[in-house]
Amino acid sequence: MLKLKNIHSYYGNIHALKGIDIIVNKGEIVSLIGANGAGKSTTLMTICGIVPAKQGSVEFEDQDITSLAPDKIVALGLSQVPEGRRIFPFLTVAENLDMGAFLRDDKDGIAKDLDYVYGLFPILAERKNQTGGTLSGGEQQMLAISRALMARPNVLLLDEPSLGLAPIIVKQIFDIIKKINKENGTTIFIVEQNANLALKAANRGYVMENGAITMTDTGTNLLADEGIKKAYLGI
Amino acid sequence: MKWLNIILGAAVAGILAFFAVKEIIHDPVYFLELFLGGLTRGSIYALIAVGYTMVYGIIELINFAHGEIYMIGGYTALIVASVLGLWGYNEVVIVILAFVFAIAYSCAYGFTVEKIAYKPLRNAPRLSALISAIGMSLFLQNYVMLAQTPEYLPFPELIPQFEFWEPWAHIITAPEMMIILTTVIVTALLGMLIKFTKMGKSMRASSQDKIMSALVGINVNKVISTTFVVGSATAAIGGVLIACHVGQINFFVGFLAGIKAFVAAVLGGIGSIPGAVLGSLVLGWTESFFTGYFWSEYEDVCAFTFLVVILIFRPSGILGRKETKKV
Repeated sequence: MLKLKNIHSYYGNIHALKGIDIIVNKGEIVSLIGANGAGKSTTLMTICGIVPAKQGSVEFEDQDITSLAPDKIVALGLSQVPEGRRIFPFLTVAENLDMGAFLRDDKDGIAKDLDYVYGLFPILAERKNQTGGTLSGGEQQMLAISRALMARPNVLLLDEPSLGLAPIIVKQIFDIIKKINKENGTTIFIVEQNANLALKAANRGYVMENGAITMTDTGTNLLADEGIKKAYLGI
Repeated sequence: MKWLNIILGAAVAGILAFFAVKEIIHDPVYFLELFLGGLTRGSIYALIAVGYTMVYGIIELINFAHGEIYMIGGYTALIVASVLGLWGYNEVVIVILAFVFAIAYSCAYGFTVEKIAYKPLRNAPRLSALISAIGMSLFLQNYVMLAQTPEYLPFPELIPQFEFWEPWAHIITAPEMMIILTTVIVTALLGMLIKFTKMGKSMRASSQDKIMSALVGINVNKVISTTFVVGSATAAIGGVLIACHVGQINFFVGFLAGIKAFVAAVLGGIGSIPGAVLGSLVLGWTESFFTGYFWSEYEDVCAFTFLVVILIFRPSGILGRKETKKV
């Protein structure tokens, strides 16, 4: 469904991605783990067209999207929950969700999806008239995920959904991610530093180091790997 | 320090209030005239200042060429009105067509300036875009000077002195009334555009986070272009109105009016549209009362002293928002 072939990207002058290949199949949860600065976020920004690839190609549902504008890529059904959540701080929770559905005109469908995300995260319904900037970190993460879902994506890209959150909230968020995958068949690609969580949730995983993929296997196999245990799990 | 500020502020406010009350009792009509004069002036500033503030809100650039867009609006109206006047058109038709052409022309200039001078510098350091803006401003001034004339040109009275308004005309003239009324309507429309339309929503989102806006599917370049066009349209309306009001126009009028509107936008809190309107009115009144009661020749000194004082004591302006970020 999503194919990255030999991608080279630059973050400013830094050669951040040095020829990576990633495949995400329909209905899967795939995790990309790696240390700070390995190039994980750049990978997502390259897929979404914010940091266009200098070389290589990104294919989505057999269509080449390497040089498409970001808004055209969203329109194809690819949504990102970016690093740091990027909630619009001066828009209310309801308006933030509304922005998620920016490209849609099907009023009934939007209303249905709104009910769905309020069902996933009831706290957002309680806070719907509050501005985004006044939410706690966990609530912002819930809002960011909900906003991405409002576009009704085929593939959901998540960048460090656990960042800076309390363990109990992280668990809740990962449960919801699995639920979204199961109930809607939404394909999910997670970028995480928290390797343990990300690999447990995933069907398959990729390990990234210094802008290159060093390993790929099923989630369970990666969790059992001695090198991974040592480098990312601290066991 | 905080207490000192409050005491100082209260003292200044007290002295001002004392003078105001004294003058109101002494000569209420004169006070009213100055008040309405300030309101008129403030309204014009507001029409220009919203353009500054919208552009700043979205790309954090002080568009110094904005004053020139306003001047071009005035010139276009002058040309259209003169030509149509020669052909013997009806007055009302002339006014409407002058406005339509002025708006269309200014919008075209605003759009082009953005494409030529700012878009290629979108990812450059902010200083580069600022210098480009100053260059664009000087270029447009000199272009109009060469294409038209360096002299002051008389501007026709597009808005007639209505007869039914005669009894009140010594306090506020019909054109002044039109200026205030137009400002109210334009800013109300603008407010609705931003609050309720899809384009307005994408403008608000883009001003808060451009990358995220792109990630929800907003075409940010289109939003920026639209912002320039809308800002240019309001500036053009302001340009035509002030030219009618003053009765003359020159290639240099955009510069001073632009800078003053910029002061007003900073005063209100740059990036905030209600702030720009409020700041413009406050500046209009300050200038009007200052010139009315103190020295009329020091009008500009008053405006720019005001700017310095604001920047020292309240750099974010009256309604300016403080940046809040959660990590």
